[in-house]
Amino acid sequence: MENVGALALLLAFCISLYAIVASVTGRLKRKPFLTLSAERAVLAVWLLVTTASGILIYGLLTSDYRLAYVASHTNRDMTLYFKFAAWWGGQEGSLLFWSWLLSTYAAVVVFTTRRGHRNLLPWVVAIVSTVQLFFLTLNTFVVSPFQVLAVDKVVTSVADGMGLNPLLQYWAMVIHPPFLYLGYVGFTIPFAFAMASLIEKAPGESWIHTTRRWTLVTWLFQSTGVALGSAWAYHVLGWGGYWMWDPVENASVLPWLAGTAFLHSVMMQEKKGMMKVWNMVLISATFFLCIYGTFLTRSGIISSVHAFAESPIGKFFVVFLAVGIAATIWLILDRLDYLKSEAELESVISRESSFLFNNLILLASCFAVLWGTLFPVITEKLTNEKISLDAVWFNRLMVPIGIFLLLLTGVGPLFAWRRTSVDSLRKNFQWPGIGTLIVAAALLLGGMRYPYSIISLSLCFFVAATISMEFFRGARAISEKTHIGFVPAIIELTHRNTRRYGGYLVHMGIVLMFIGYSGHPFNQTAIGEVDKGDSIQVGAYNLKVLDLTEGDTPNYEWETAILDVSKNGKPIGTLEPTRRFYKAAQQATAIVALRTGLNEDLYINYAARTGTKATIQAYVFPLVDWIWIGVLVLIMGTLVALVPSKVARSYARTEVVGVAKKKDAPVEA
Amino acid sequence: MPKYAKFAALIAIIIGSLVLVATASLKDSQTYYVTIPELHKMASATSTKRVRVGGDVQANSIVHVRPDLTRFNLVQDNLILPVEYVGRDPLPDTFKDGAQALAGGRLESNGVFRAEEIQAKCASKYAPKPGMAPDGLQKKMVPSAAGSSYTSKL
Repeated sequence: MENVGALALLLAFCISLYAIVASVTGRLKRKPFLTLSAERAVLAVWLLVTTASGILIYGLLTSDYRLAYVASHTNRDMTLYFKFAAWWGGQEGSLLFWSWLLSTYAAVVVFTTRRGHRNLLPWVVAIVSTVQLFFLTLNTFVVSPFQVLAVDKVVTSVADGMGLNPLLQYWAMVIHPPFLYLGYVGFTIPFAFAMASLIEKAPGESWIHTTRRWTLVTWLFQSTGVALGSAWAYHVLGWGGYWMWDPVENASVLPWLAGTAFLHSVMMQEKKGMMKVWNMVLISATFFLCIYGTFLTRSGIISSVHAFAESPIGKFFVVFLAVGIAATIWLILDRLDYLKSEAELESVISRESSFLFNNLILLASCFAVLWGTLFPVITEKLTNEKISLDAVWFNRLMVPIGIFLLLLTGVGPLFAWRRTSVDSLRKNFQWPGIGTLIVAAALLLGGMRYPYSIISLSLCFFVAATISMEFFRGARAISEKTHIGFVPAIIELTHRNTRRYGGYLVHMGIVLMFIGYSGHPFNQTAIGEVDKGDSIQVGAYNLKVLDLTEGDTPNYEWETAILDVSKNGKPIGTLEPTRRFYKAAQQATAIVALRTGLNEDLYINYAARTGTKATIQAYVFPLVDWIWIGVLVLIMGTLVALVPSKVARSYARTEVVGVAKKKDAPVEA
Repeated sequence: MPKYAKFAALIAIIIGSLVLVATASLKDSQTYYVTIPELHKMASATSTKRVRVGGDVQANSIVHVRPDLTRFNLVQDNLILPVEYVGRDPLPDTFKDGAQALAGGRLESNGVFRAEEIQAKCASKYAPKPGMAPDGLQKKMVPSAAGSSYTSKL
């Protein structure tokens, strides 16, 4: 079986190579059958990688402990879906997973664009296949998932595997890596289209239109992936944090920042024909940051709690990144004349300018995170001393950046294109502005003393107010005109321009997340070593220990504290924080007891047992649930933006060179 | 003021203030990575400097003294560093005998390392040591290629 898997991967490797050669020659020599064969080759690669993955999954599910990968990432007592999740639980498997996702994406692209883009598709196939070739090289020659255990060349199996890290045996952790990978891998497609249109000097913005949904879906996966990682850290790790600027977290947020900048700046190109070079740079940066993120988690160049084993694949990534980036830079420089801007910036207070600053800030934050993450590597090269920057540094820089972005989120969409008149400024900003000042004053008088929280919360109000106003005005106009109710009018409004109003919903999600972040300075902590009958006080909560119990299952041993919780003297039920010790992995993990509420979470961690006493850590985290609510709103908003608008909408352009006739029709809301 | 000068000024202000914040907080938030031998060598100088020192947790050395005080030893190349963990956060679940750990803090004058943060990586989990079988099997096992010659050695 494993031989078939290894063979499938080797074949996939050869066929990818063929796809690149056939696609490029077919396009250059104008031989359509050759390019068509390359497209078929992409489908064949999908079939082969799927076969290999299927064989690995079969091995995982049936506990085939002859396979080194199965033995080191599963054990017999694991639930079936964790065994399945072990596909992406380790180095070799996760790289195979990468390949499989990429081949799936490639197959979908070939299928959906089989009728259009005859000139672009060969290059897209070639570029995607090149990336695929790189990952298949790793899968086939460097870190094969199909290695078997052997003693003196006799294949042997072990009695039981080592199990998946118990910290990862949690639902969010099962789906977090696939979401991140879907995001990482997905940016290959818009990148390939961008480069293809550069190579072909394809007129217009067809690559942007074609890949808009790809980019948005990919961005959605990535946002969800990052948020799931954050939620996992909060719910599982037992210290109640959701972000600690660990290198691997940073690796996941870097392409997200660049991708977010890209999503905004393409609007400038679609509407005004501006920032063409910039968009090319952004999509390339996003793609390479995705590869870089994969590299960072796999190579062990930076010590991190997440890092996989130090392995030989690091240098492959470095070469791939170096060659890829060099080729991209050369291509962009060579085609600069094709990327000329069609309009100029006219005023500092304009939509264009707000996009510009949004991009500037997102890119600056991206650079800052990159710099902070690589700081140990840089200083080691320069001074021979390895110096790392801690979360304090990141927070000092990123909190003001975040707040400035929040401000732009509020003001940007309300500025007019080209320039904004004083009248419209007053109309749009007067009431939200006054309201914001009132909120800030109220928070100050209410005794809040953390400047960042005050600014953040009042800006949250400001942005929420401006977004609501947009919905309100639009819906009122519709309901007056068509005599339908206000709520149906809001739905109608959103449906007419899903992209715009979906975008507003995403902004609303961001606002809610910032409300959650603003609660951070008000966290409260208590720690106690307790016996039966003792109690701990944290904030308004009193925790009385009713009992300390323990037990045993085939997979793990557990200890639990049963706590009677009361708030301001009123009983509100019992909570049972638990600690499990997984036998196969010889590791303990906490099952945190959580009482969630919109105003605050009560978070209890069973830290350790010494003798008859248990160490209990109790935290109160105000507003933290708004982060998760905000993520849900953000997901919903993105989904709305993916729904096609009721009115087919193309943008008015001042001067358009070489765009198909129908796109010139000025339809504008 | 000409249009582009306005943009340039705004961009300069934003970038400038970010660089200012970034460099100003560079000093007090940087941590030096050192090894145990290095730490012993620069014993006097390091007491003021925040460092992060790595090593393996010595077997049976972890003692939970109080909820906010845990003592253990880090070992590297037969050199032992006694550590007192006084941080507020719970010790990571991966922190146990034999694990690779990074302790962040300062070296006290009595030779004890006072750590405010601990990071631990379970050595066996993500990195099966070359040539070693999974738990419990003492025989030396070498993963070999699945009947094909092109698969590299683990």
